[in-house]
Amino acid sequence: MTNPGSGTVYTETVVYSPPEAYVNDVPYQLAIIQLDNGRRLTGRIHGERAQIGDKVAFFEFRNSVPFFRKAA
Amino acid sequence: MGITGIPATRFEAACASSGAAFFHAVSAVSAGIYDVVLVTGVEKMTSQTTPKVTEILAGAGDLCGEVRAGATFPALFAMIARRHMFQFGTTREMMAAVAVKNHANGAKNPLAHMRKVITMEQALNGKPIAEPLTVYDCSLVSDGAASVLIAPIERASEFTDKPVRVLGIAQASDNVALDEKDDITTLRAVKISSEKAYKMAGVKPADIQLAEVHDCFTIAEIIAIEDLGFVEKGQGGPFSLAGKTCIQGQLPVNTSGGLKAKGHPVGATGVGQICDLALQMRGEAGERQVARNKLGLAQNLGGSGATSVVTILGAA
Repeated sequence: MTNPGSGTVYTETVVYSPPEAYVNDVPYQLAIIQLDNGRRLTGRIHGERAQIGDKVAFFEFRNSVPFFRKAA
Repeated sequence: MGITGIPATRFEAACASSGAAFFHAVSAVSAGIYDVVLVTGVEKMTSQTTPKVTEILAGAGDLCGEVRAGATFPALFAMIARRHMFQFGTTREMMAAVAVKNHANGAKNPLAHMRKVITMEQALNGKPIAEPLTVYDCSLVSDGAASVLIAPIERASEFTDKPVRVLGIAQASDNVALDEKDDITTLRAVKISSEKAYKMAGVKPADIQLAEVHDCFTIAEIIAIEDLGFVEKGQGGPFSLAGKTCIQGQLPVNTSGGLKAKGHPVGATGVGQICDLALQMRGEAGERQVARNKLGLAQNLGGSGATSVVTILGAA
């Protein structure tokens, strides 16, 4: 899997009512990231909560899911 | 039913399954291939736990991307809501106004799943499901069924003395994944299918007197009334908050209570909308009867906008 790099939060939500597979993860933040390479990607936000317009950077893949975190 | 020897086909288009079946049945009758077609939508959901239902419904999303990342349908529409709020200034009060109105309508519908009036305060303080959506922004997990019989107008008198005409109908598709859409604040398939249906019926959005729209979430009703051309883009929230979509309003929307209160038995929803419009057009909607009932529109959505079916009905 290739590192998607960094980008900006296009939209986000915090999920409280999960699907069966993620009952132990809640609450978790899901976001669509407008990547600097022009594409959009759906992933999770690790750590501090991010808002629309916030800069984020790729953190790691967990079970093929890209996790991002707020850029310093 | 004991009817064999004739075609019997099952349609799958997520929440637009019976809308898609209705579209294909109308197409077949219009083409003269069949004279009489029965379309039935049916769903049983309440036998499963909420996490299980949430997981099954998420199967209508993009499984390799958004669903694997943890997207549920409330989460997808929550992300749509966030973006709509950001771009157009839509507020939680505007979304809550949709819930309050649909619960008030559902309370007047003897066939509604939830006949319970709610206040704005309750709607705003519901249990969070996916921010900014609370439980009151989400449609219900329901059991239900609905059927319609489609026949050429010349034969309608064999079955009813109050036929309702299909004046226009269209179905359209879009990408499944939200991150593959240029603009998630608009449902492209709804725009395309409604433009085609209006053209076929020879009417304009301003001519429509009542509508049943796919309020799987409150934000979906706000976006639907924009994409159907009833209001300018971004004005769906203020229009709803001003009470213009109430039964006594300028354009009554979801007089049945909608998916929010009438309920959302997924496979039955599309045909259920047609049945509710037919009741209104026959003047049989009881307490929730609207005065202007000659031209109605139904909008049925599959997934987060992957399928849309728009039907325009006229009183015969």
